[in-house]
Amino acid sequence: MTVHEEYADDLALYALGSLEAAEKALLEKHLDECAACRHEVEHLRGDMALLSLSAAGPMPPQRARQRLMDAIKREPRRQAAPTRTVWWAIAGWVAAAAIGLVVLMLWRDKSVLVQEALHLRAVSSQQGEELQEARKIVETLRSPGAQVVNVTKTNARPQPQGKAFYVRDRSSLIFLASNMPALPAQKAYELWLIPKQGSPIPAGVFKPNPRGNAMVINPPLPAGVEAKAFAITIEPESGSSVPTMPIEMMGAGE
Amino acid sequence: MAQLYDRYSGIVYSVALRVLGDTGAAEDVLQEVFMQLWRNPGVFDSSRGNLGPWLAVIARNRAIDGLRKRRPETDIADVVVSVEPDLASETERGRAMHKVRSVLGSMPARQRSALEMAYFEGLSHSEIASKTGEPLGTVKTRIRGGLMMLRKAFQT
Repeated sequence: MTVHEEYADDLALYALGSLEAAEKALLEKHLDECAACRHEVEHLRGDMALLSLSAAGPMPPQRARQRLMDAIKREPRRQAAPTRTVWWAIAGWVAAAAIGLVVLMLWRDKSVLVQEALHLRAVSSQQGEELQEARKIVETLRSPGAQVVNVTKTNARPQPQGKAFYVRDRSSLIFLASNMPALPAQKAYELWLIPKQGSPIPAGVFKPNPRGNAMVINPPLPAGVEAKAFAITIEPESGSSVPTMPIEMMGAGE
Repeated sequence: MAQLYDRYSGIVYSVALRVLGDTGAAEDVLQEVFMQLWRNPGVFDSSRGNLGPWLAVIARNRAIDGLRKRRPETDIADVVVSVEPDLASETERGRAMHKVRSVLGSMPARQRSALEMAYFEGLSHSEIASKTGEPLGTVKTRIRGGLMMLRKAFQT
């Protein structure tokens, strides 16, 4: 870009602000169309700034600093000085604010959804882990190849034994039995939940394996029954609704 | 703002004092220039130049307006100053000041006089011409030539 030579001298006077009104108007018309000359004006102002340094030396008195600082304390700062308040400028701000609000709302919604998704994922992950653990326990208990060892006092004769794990709130029951005597033909053991009040409740029919071990896992039970004890009777294979005497084994809760 | 003041108040004040020749009036210009910057920092566009040179030109223009008792003709936000030294450090200002004085010292007296009358007295070229008795064209060329000499000194 080259400065138009015919305007060169006037550009300097224009930068200095000493061009007469008519010449100034003429030059400004040219400046509107000529980037090179506009650029030259900026450089000429730079040259003026350098010329200012020839006056450098005197320093302002301390009171001038204090005066400025006092004025600043009194006057709040503006971020931008609106030059013209026209309706489309206001409309622009309103639109910008509305867009900003929508973006904020969407952002907040997204943020909430992300939080919920993360929470669900955490819950799901925890439940998955718990389920995995439960499956592992059940599979271990149910596995035909599981090695089941009853640990008793040495030299003691193994006794039939059962252990019930009952959680009333969940109506959940796991019963493990060991050293159970073999059953007569077409007979089975039946587990009974003896409530604090009322009749015994059937809690599963089972037959021990040849080694005398057996288990009952989560038989159907009424909700929230408080157990006083558990008992085992010998019943027909299909089970009974009322225990048949005698009671083979019985244990009260801790 | 205190930091900017401490850095640039010297150049703002000294150029205003040179133009106005009165310490009170120079202090008023100093106050006005920094308050404008405080009220609306957006008036200075840092992407289009350095603050030191910009303040020097703004202070000079305000002082000339005060001297000639005229209303400011240009919005200071429209004033773009393009120059290499940013005049931010005292060392740089000192070095630049020395160079400027050296250039002015080597300038023909009439040229220097024309340049200083235009810059520090705010005289138009016709006022200078009538004062010195020189042709208008000569005054114009001298003023521009003087500014070009300064520019060249900082380009080498």
